[in-house]
Amino acid sequence: MTKIQHHLTDALLMGYAAGTLPEAFSLVVASHVSMCDECRARLASYEALGGGLIDGAEEMALSDDCFEAVMARIDGADAPAAPPVRRVRRPGLFPVPLQDYVGGDVEAVRWRPIGMGVRQAILETDREATVRLLHIPAGSAVPDHGHNGTEITLVLQGAFRDEDGRYGPGDVEVATEEMHHTPVAEPGMDCICLAATDGPLKFRAILPRLAQPLLRI
Amino acid sequence: MESPVKTETQDADWVDAMIRVRTQRDRAAFARLFRHFAPRVKAFLVKSGATEALAEECTQDVMATIWQKAHLFDPERASVATWVFTIARNRRIDLIRRSRRPEPEDLPWGPEHEPDQAEALALQQESERLGRALAQLPDKQRDLIERAFYGERSHSEIASETGLPLGTIKSRIRLALDRLRHEMKQST
Repeated sequence: MTKIQHHLTDALLMGYAAGTLPEAFSLVVASHVSMCDECRARLASYEALGGGLIDGAEEMALSDDCFEAVMARIDGADAPAAPPVRRVRRPGLFPVPLQDYVGGDVEAVRWRPIGMGVRQAILETDREATVRLLHIPAGSAVPDHGHNGTEITLVLQGAFRDEDGRYGPGDVEVATEEMHHTPVAEPGMDCICLAATDGPLKFRAILPRLAQPLLRI
Repeated sequence: MESPVKTETQDADWVDAMIRVRTQRDRAAFARLFRHFAPRVKAFLVKSGATEALAEECTQDVMATIWQKAHLFDPERASVATWVFTIARNRRIDLIRRSRRPEPEDLPWGPEHEPDQAEALALQQESERLGRALAQLPDKQRDLIERAFYGERSHSEIASETGLPLGTIKSRIRLALDRLRHEMKQST
């Protein structure tokens, strides 16, 4: 695989570390982090910030029997914990978090044609935002799939180009509503992407948070 | 404002307590972790918008998980505070937001690899530095980072709460993160 050139923004990594992103966006972040050691390290630094905040937080009084309740819970369930299932890379095109949502690798995807040879498969998440797989024939333009807010696109196979550059496997493009661009799949190999966008049923604007140029630490 | 002075070894003490919980099911060590972290986890959940009753319930859940999953804690990858934070965050997503959280795949090495004391110590020291740098931020900046980080609220909602213009909030958060980065560099 060629080196990843386009990474997650700090705002997305911080939102994922904080646990405030919609599930659809979290799936794209988790998939990219699975493919990108640099963003994995940056994510860890935002989680450390969360740890620092909780460590320095003011205390809030607990109920009197809180500790006893926890110990009772532990004693009630203290079977030796099963060794955790390691979620390491499995054969296939998709990173593990995406395989979990698809229920398999690329051959398990239930594609639906959306015109011009392009196919999509919408994955089930909560309704704050939408995430879909897109299959674009080599050499074709990516159709306007109607993002009315922020859209993040992770390339899984093939590549596309637009005014901003070339996006190959592992690269993420973060596009805002104001951006008018016409991505075109490179000739040679069909392009498969994972794209999350603010869903039509979104009432709470996540755009201000995502578009934030929050900083790296 | 009272802010307890943290010793250089505080984070290492928490690691020690975690290892006692993991290897000896040591209840006294767990009680120490509980006294420090449980009231802070509860505060975090309330600040994130949970009712006090739900936060209490969720805190018990988080603390029980710490006991049950002690074998998954890896001091080379995170401080105890960071690990506790990720557990609390995940419970908040499950119980309060009622959503799922996709997790990245694991690296090909895991908690069963040969432990490296020096790596673990370096990471714990770095976490302490980050903690001190955070504590030294002006209250206003730390408060805004906290809200942006913990809250379900967007910047514009914070703006209507604090009465500050959106641009000011954004630049204060940036300033705070810049300052943290600077502190981390200086003390390396």
